[in-house]
Amino acid sequence: MVSHISQRADVCTVKVWILTEEPQCVAEPVGDVRVTVDQHVKPPFEAVVLQHGATVLRVVRAVVGHTDADDAWSETFLAALRAYPRLPADANIEAWLVTIAHRKAIDITRAATRRAIPVADPPDSAARERADTHDLDLDAAVGALPPKQRQAVAYHYLAGLPYADIAVILDSSVAAARRAGADGIATLRRTYPRIDSARNHP
Amino acid sequence: MTMHNLAEQFPVDRDHLKRLHARLENAAQAGDLLDIAYRTVDSAVGPLLLAATPLGLLRVAFANEGHDSVLQSLSQRISPRILEAAGRLDPIARQLDEFFTGHRHSFDVALDWSLSRGFRRTVLEHLNADIGYGTTTSYAALARLSGSPKAVRAVGTACATNPIPIVVPCHRVIRSDGSVGAYRGGPAAKRVLLGLERDR
Repeated sequence: MVSHISQRADVCTVKVWILTEEPQCVAEPVGDVRVTVDQHVKPPFEAVVLQHGATVLRVVRAVVGHTDADDAWSETFLAALRAYPRLPADANIEAWLVTIAHRKAIDITRAATRRAIPVADPPDSAARERADTHDLDLDAAVGALPPKQRQAVAYHYLAGLPYADIAVILDSSVAAARRAGADGIATLRRTYPRIDSARNHP
Repeated sequence: MTMHNLAEQFPVDRDHLKRLHARLENAAQAGDLLDIAYRTVDSAVGPLLLAATPLGLLRVAFANEGHDSVLQSLSQRISPRILEAAGRLDPIARQLDEFFTGHRHSFDVALDWSLSRGFRRTVLEHLNADIGYGTTTSYAALARLSGSPKAVRAVGTACATNPIPIVVPCHRVIRSDGSVGAYRGGPAAKRVLLGLERDR
């Protein structure tokens, strides 16, 4: 996978030249030819929300936790709507949205840290009380991962991005991104064993 | 471990996404980012797509035009900042309801003429201003009214490509021999509209 992501205030472009063995990373399988702009038409933004809304919600819930997930989702899609006319028609929309969500999540986490008053309970305990037992376990397990691992797991296993794109988003090497994802999943297998049992109960 | 395994551990329910969508509509409207709002309504001539910019009603589309391809075309011609957002369309939806039940004879909403240019726009503005409820006119008469009596064929094209049918009443333009002629929503829809206005 050769990819390039350029970033400005709240727009980035993702160009995918060569498909990898991970076909879920692109919106449509287009073969191994370079996609040109005029082969694509930009869909109405509503179609972007419909197609990617659930995935982005899963991603931000994993990265910022239950309590702030709605804010992160809303800020991500509002920033995306603002930047959408400038997005090249051949961009990988999922990678673009995850890049925006990543930055919004950082803003939200920083703001929460500034707000936070040191207490005995972990800051997301309110969310845990609200959530059902199932969510409690998963949110706690994902929330306990170091940030880079949590992000790598969310972007690879929930958004389906290849590690080459994740490396650009995390500003790290591809190997480091891949290691963060693998370490995160290994920890989750220990702390949240239902991940594996779900395979037998789809 | 696959992507699917972990994703199914994060169930997302439809109502939650609906609430987030409503919040996005409000924020987009407040931030002046909702270039086109749209919704669909049921009517006596089938489901209608209604689309409006901040300037006014931009497009009314019949089901036979394919609502998805109409939105795609608006995305290319006007702006891709398009959301399904009922609020902006509430007044016209209510007025269409009244129109189809015979309680309204003219529409009182702002129009965005961006999709019509030049002579076509002149024709449609005359049609909108001068051809009242329950009356009909011919393509030739509308050509005269628009200041170009010889441009009968161009008037036909203007009516056939009217982006705001029903509200801008191109269904009231019929052939000189009295037959209904072509219509963007199909001749059957045109007959329904003419019948509705004749009966009131």
